[in-house]
Amino acid sequence: MASALINVPKKAKRGDVIEIKTLMSHIMETGYRRTASGELVPRDIITSFTCRYNGEEIFRADLFPAIAANPFITFFTVATESGKFDFEWIGDNGFSETASAAITVE
Amino acid sequence: MKSAGTIIAVVVLIAAGVAATEIPPGERRSGYAFMAPDTKAIQDDDTANPGMLWVLDGEASWRKKAGTSNKACADCHDDARTSMKGVAARYPAFDKTLGRPVNLEQRINLCRARHQAATPFAYESRDLLALTAFVAEQSRGTAIRPEVTPELEPFVAKGRDFFMRRQGQLNLGCTNCHDDNWDKHLAGSAVTQALPTGYPIYRLEWQSLGSLQRRLRNCITGMRAQNYDYGAPELVELELYLMSRARGMPIETPAVRP
Repeated sequence: MASALINVPKKAKRGDVIEIKTLMSHIMETGYRRTASGELVPRDIITSFTCRYNGEEIFRADLFPAIAANPFITFFTVATESGKFDFEWIGDNGFSETASAAITVE
Repeated sequence: MKSAGTIIAVVVLIAAGVAATEIPPGERRSGYAFMAPDTKAIQDDDTANPGMLWVLDGEASWRKKAGTSNKACADCHDDARTSMKGVAARYPAFDKTLGRPVNLEQRINLCRARHQAATPFAYESRDLLALTAFVAEQSRGTAIRPEVTPELEPFVAKGRDFFMRRQGQLNLGCTNCHDDNWDKHLAGSAVTQALPTGYPIYRLEWQSLGSLQRRLRNCITGMRAQNYDYGAPELVELELYLMSRARGMPIETPAVRP
């Protein structure tokens, strides 16, 4: 059921500072909570997020148990050329999701 | 003429009785109005609103064939953008077969049972919340307009009675907070006016989407009163009354609340 919401401007002028917004569906179970019967709920979080702009890594973040469910990560970059942003989320229990968005730079 | 005059007099009396305790229409404010600018910003941006993740799941579910009839919602209802527009604004609605009102979640499950021959989704399951959010999102901006029929009237009255009645160990009625003290705070949180404009909501406290009944059960627990199971007729009646309070206000689904 995992899905991502990405917000990247479709068009930008060369040299513009653009904002990129990403939202990933994930429960971000901390690993510190217990069930009613006292058993520890195993940790299940996203541990890493990366963004590549035409193959080159422009943003990376490590995520930890204190981050809320459905992590919303937003950052800025400079629009240099037309192409593609590739996003990747990696986490516990083999969690791996990717998404991409295209941009036209004039 | 005489009977018409009597009816008008009765209507005026009822209206006066209602106005004495309830919030006047001009003073009604959605829960949105009580929120901090940061929280409003989450709801305002569809790419930042986590509730949209459920809406997307619901859209996929809308087209997925299910049950022994092997039909998808879309096979009967076609494009949800037209067929489901305004539907959430008039729920809970009366179901003739059951002889009582059903809420949107129950309607989806009835549709699954009657037309798809599929097993109903569990209350608060991701599947049910997603489909409900997707259907309700089609009514975003539509004014809430619960049907006024003689069949529904006794159920609205029961819901209103629930709202007004003191209960639980704290001996509180919903009205004691949501009509009398909505402009105050309870442990730092705004009390608000009990106008369900954006359900299912993404509640930051829950870190998840949740139904109106989940919210109602929260409140009932807070009053230390006897709670009701999901789908209980009492909760549906209360939903019905709350929607009648919010008549005319626009649907915000999926709303974000703190």
